[in-house]
Amino acid sequence: MKPAIRIKNIAKRYRLGEEHHSTIGDALAAMFNRRKGKVSKQPEEIWALKDVSFDVAPGEVVGIIGRNGAGKSTLLKILSRITEPTQGEIELHGRVSSLLEVGTGFHPELSGRDNVYLNGSVLGMKKAEIDRKFDEIVDFSGVEKFLDTPVKHYSSGMQVRLAFAVAAHLEPEILIVDEVLAVGDAEFQRKCLGRMSEVADSGRTILFVSHNMAAVENLCTRGVLLQGGQVAFSGTTSECIGQYASCFKEKLLDGTIKGKLITRAEFLDGDCRVGSISMGQGVVLTLAFRTPKVTQRPRVGVVFRRRLTGEAVFSIDSDMLGASWASRPADRFQARFVFEELNLIHGEYLVDLYVGCDGENFERLKQALELHVLVSDVFGTGRLPDSHFGPMFVTPILSLDAA
Amino acid sequence: MTQLTQTAPAPYYTRIAPTTGWIALNLKEVWAYRELLYFLAWRDVKVRYRQTVLGAAWAVLVPFLTMVVFNVLFGVLMGANGKPTIEGVPYTLSTFAAMVPWMMFAFVVTQSSNSLVANRNMITKVYFPRLIAPLAPVLSALVDFLSAFAVLGAMIVAYHFTADFKFVPSWRLLLLPAFVLLASLTALGISMWLSALNALYRDVKYALPFLVQILMFASPVVYPAAKVLRANIPQWAKVLYGLNPMVSVLEGFRWALFGTNDVSLPIVGLSSLMVLVMLLGGMFYFRRTERLFADLA
Repeated sequence: MKPAIRIKNIAKRYRLGEEHHSTIGDALAAMFNRRKGKVSKQPEEIWALKDVSFDVAPGEVVGIIGRNGAGKSTLLKILSRITEPTQGEIELHGRVSSLLEVGTGFHPELSGRDNVYLNGSVLGMKKAEIDRKFDEIVDFSGVEKFLDTPVKHYSSGMQVRLAFAVAAHLEPEILIVDEVLAVGDAEFQRKCLGRMSEVADSGRTILFVSHNMAAVENLCTRGVLLQGGQVAFSGTTSECIGQYASCFKEKLLDGTIKGKLITRAEFLDGDCRVGSISMGQGVVLTLAFRTPKVTQRPRVGVVFRRRLTGEAVFSIDSDMLGASWASRPADRFQARFVFEELNLIHGEYLVDLYVGCDGENFERLKQALELHVLVSDVFGTGRLPDSHFGPMFVTPILSLDAA
Repeated sequence: MTQLTQTAPAPYYTRIAPTTGWIALNLKEVWAYRELLYFLAWRDVKVRYRQTVLGAAWAVLVPFLTMVVFNVLFGVLMGANGKPTIEGVPYTLSTFAAMVPWMMFAFVVTQSSNSLVANRNMITKVYFPRLIAPLAPVLSALVDFLSAFAVLGAMIVAYHFTADFKFVPSWRLLLLPAFVLLASLTALGISMWLSALNALYRDVKYALPFLVQILMFASPVVYPAAKVLRANIPQWAKVLYGLNPMVSVLEGFRWALFGTNDVSLPIVGLSSLMVLVMLLGGMFYFRRTERLFADLA
């Protein structure tokens, strides 16, 4: 059967620095320098995608996963014809809709009704088509009471619901969707996922990018794992997710650590070793270590650091916790830190481990473990926290009243 | 939940590959997206005067007050009878008749040149033929133009009955739309270049208001073209002046309304030709640089 999407050797290069002159003055200066034979330094190149090829058969639902910077967004932008590939070719057979965000083209001053038309036409719907589906869209969004109110007065949840409702009524043969399901409250998310699987069941071809592994697992028939701009793995969804998780723990394939004293360390979710958790999810850190002398109360601790900045987010050890002593004096120990919830914002974390005793440090292993925290809608409002906000998130109970 | 209805199976086919150098205009695709063009123009119109007290009256007030300012200015400088006007037509009318198409032109140049930057968030999220962005202001400008034109009509009628001025309708009025079209195309021809350049170089943003102002004085808005064409300046300067397509547009308006003939047909033909060349060149340049917009806009 002819594939619905054929991606052949796609590559995308971004040039940093020298390439673009954002004022004419810069451009002229560069031209002048070149004329004078001064070779300006080579612009730094980044290949966001390199030699990416895969086919998608009609009716297939393919999940594209990979960590930040793996090239997922670039691939979607190329597939959506927003930016051009540097090399390669893509063929799409069928009417294509792509959804890189919900509510593109929304204007805050316009009413909900106007925005449905505007957004619909931006997404490629004909006016007649929007007319026909208008009632359904409004029904799906649940904002009928505010249809004639400017959307700037909507809550963010309402805006998202209305925007998604429009998007949900697209009827393409090929649908390309970015992380748009990570918005809205839990109930609305279920509704969206339901709608997505309905679309999937109706034989549409879907390309779906998400960090929400549960959604990928539920929806997709096949997965493609991108790593460093290349296809690292392509296969069944569960295999792919397995590969994805394992790429976070290349360092310790079996939990073994190359420390003199600390011999084993791993993150567990239940009984499974994990390299990534969702925001707000709990995790268990287990350690096996020795001490150079027999003791009943060794000190064992961890420091969590953000990979990006190296800044310590928190550190904790057995002395601070006043943890009870081991059942008997020994020189081999097992420690188990149960973090019922880890209020870390999404991102990558490196964990230092150390052991000691009586104010003496025996061993300190820097960056012994890594943990990837995946974004999720922890507030249940569809407002995803930004990792620039700080290393942690908190969910206080807020009461607000006019004074 | 509703059943998804299958749209009529059509052999849609899209091929995505790198483009280099000059590429086709692909106006067919622009035509296929005409509804989006309409909706974008409609959005501009609906949003333009939101949260203003005077609302759409601004569309009339701006050209009207500009005309009043020049009226007073020239009145003071040159005396009540020395204003640069055309025989038989009051200065107020002759200026307002040019101010109305001029304001449309200035609006389109300003909005279109800024269209890629203004629609940045759409351009980085959704595909549509990028030519739509600078085209939309041409449509939305027509709305303001029509309201200002209605006021112009009312003023002509008022002068006809109260002042020493007689309006004689003629077949020439039928050619007004042609001059509106020429003004739009001139504005587009400039904006195609400027919008693409603006996406790459933000200098355009700063040069634009200045450019529009210069153009206003280089066009017969507040004076008739005859004042320049019969002035004591070298011939080449007059030719250069006549090459400005807005000379044809504005004098064309006066010709259609009042029967003055400051500009001859060859000049109109020449500047129309020039507009077409500028427009086509601009569109090709736009298409050529289009592939960079999403990464730079």
